[in-house]
Amino acid sequence: MTIAQFSLPEQLVLILAALVLFTSFALLAQQRMLASIHVFAWQGALVAAATAMIAGVYDKHHLYFSALMTLGLKALLIPWMLRRLVDRLGIAHEVETVVRPALVMLAAAALVVFSYYVALPIEKLSSLSTRSTIAISMAVVLIGMLMMVTRSQAVSQVIGFMSIENGLFFAAVVSTHGMPMVVELGIAFDVLVAAVLFGVFFLQIRESIDSLDVDRLNRLSETDEMNGTRE
Amino acid sequence: MTWAGWLLALLQAALFVAAAPLLTIWVKRNKCWLQNRRSPSLLQPYRDLAKLFRKQVVLSENASPLFRSAPYIVFAVTVLAAATIPLISTQLPTTAIADMIVLVGFLAVVRFFLALAGMDVGTAFGGMGASREVSLSALAEPALLMVIFTLAMSAQSTNLASTVQYLHDAGLVLRPSLLFALFGLLLVAVAESGRIPVDNPATHLELTMVHEAMILEYSGRHLALMEWAAQLKLMIFGVLIVNIFFPWGVATELSAAALLIGLVAVLVKLALIGVVLAFAETALAKMRVFMVPQFLNLAFLLALLGALSHVILEVDI
Repeated sequence: MTIAQFSLPEQLVLILAALVLFTSFALLAQQRMLASIHVFAWQGALVAAATAMIAGVYDKHHLYFSALMTLGLKALLIPWMLRRLVDRLGIAHEVETVVRPALVMLAAAALVVFSYYVALPIEKLSSLSTRSTIAISMAVVLIGMLMMVTRSQAVSQVIGFMSIENGLFFAAVVSTHGMPMVVELGIAFDVLVAAVLFGVFFLQIRESIDSLDVDRLNRLSETDEMNGTRE
Repeated sequence: MTWAGWLLALLQAALFVAAAPLLTIWVKRNKCWLQNRRSPSLLQPYRDLAKLFRKQVVLSENASPLFRSAPYIVFAVTVLAAATIPLISTQLPTTAIADMIVLVGFLAVVRFFLALAGMDVGTAFGGMGASREVSLSALAEPALLMVIFTLAMSAQSTNLASTVQYLHDAGLVLRPSLLFALFGLLLVAVAESGRIPVDNPATHLELTMVHEAMILEYSGRHLALMEWAAQLKLMIFGVLIVNIFFPWGVATELSAAALLIGLVAVLVKLALIGVVLAFAETALAKMRVFMVPQFLNLAFLLALLGALSHVILEVDI
């Protein structure tokens, strides 16, 4: 089956999947705090739209509920919480420097190719028209991990983490048309609780090392103080 | 039949060259309306060109023959590039040479002579403009080629006319790869034709200018040819975008009715893209020169994602 044989709604699902992948790249390249929160919100909205489209195409009514929950949680509530948090921490306009941005983008492109090869045998087991997006959702997961590895700012690491969750949810929707409702609700609340806990952690980290740069957690504060007194 | 075809191809190329200043002034008019200014008349670029052709050429003392021949080479090669592009019909005899990689080659030749001419007289502005143009095009060209490869993967050909024909015959198919290629090509087109936010075509003597810096030493008919070539380049990218990504209405047979529909369709589409360009130029500010590489990296990334999404999403394993 090539794309021309799909119906227009099915093609639209593929377009939305490709746009989700693009937002992952945008998250990886975005160095401004507020802008990356906005991109994250857009990713959530696109995942929700794709879920709603799949619900329409395959007549799976429970997916409408999942889409609504994703929209409310990932596109509105969590970005709003993150936004309030960065406002409170006073880092809303902070620009984070990514080391070797071009190399990171190339690594992300390589991850897309890698996930395509890994997902090939899985796709052969499925006959759904959305099966080719399994590779996309895997790439979203891997790029989220790459974002966590390359950033030192705690808030962007959390955004990377949340985008991994977006990728996992998307994978579940496109490969099996969604998880059972109990599991889905559990994960949704997990993510919500994680967002709240991360907020508390940010404030704690900030209080103890006066910065959100997690690289500074590698250093022992007492030796620093000793060095300071010696000098 | 063949001589009629060649005649039509000649007419199409002449129309292309004649309409290029019209597209430029159309964009300018829309910008004026958006910014509450009074716009110049639609004939203004033609009057400017006529005035420049009548004026005397002033040459610097140390201008070499290359400096004097560069405008003719630049204009001729740009016209040649324009002649290969299917403006109204995909069935003309020029389609055999309408390869997209050849087109990129033509544009590279133009840029080579522009940069050489910019450096020839030895003024600081010319050298600066040439160096910027070359470094920007080193980033824009791979992105443009990547867009072409993405298109070629769908259409199974790098021939421009058969690509347009294929996409026209396929009807409305929402391809993720074409979406990314479209945005990639839009960014490349903005950079290559020197529009805001990469370069400002309306300024002289500004430290950020690129294209204007290279042609600063030209006057008279030389300047007229250089400016006409720049207007042609904008038209080339405009026609590429509308005819590849929105090929509806393009004439796929050589009948009078089909050609007329093709003409009207391409004019409407170019008018629309002119409005879009005017909106974009009004909404955006010119970016710092050091930000342009990031802009072009984004274009390359979009084109690369287009190629990847074609492989992942659009073909069967």
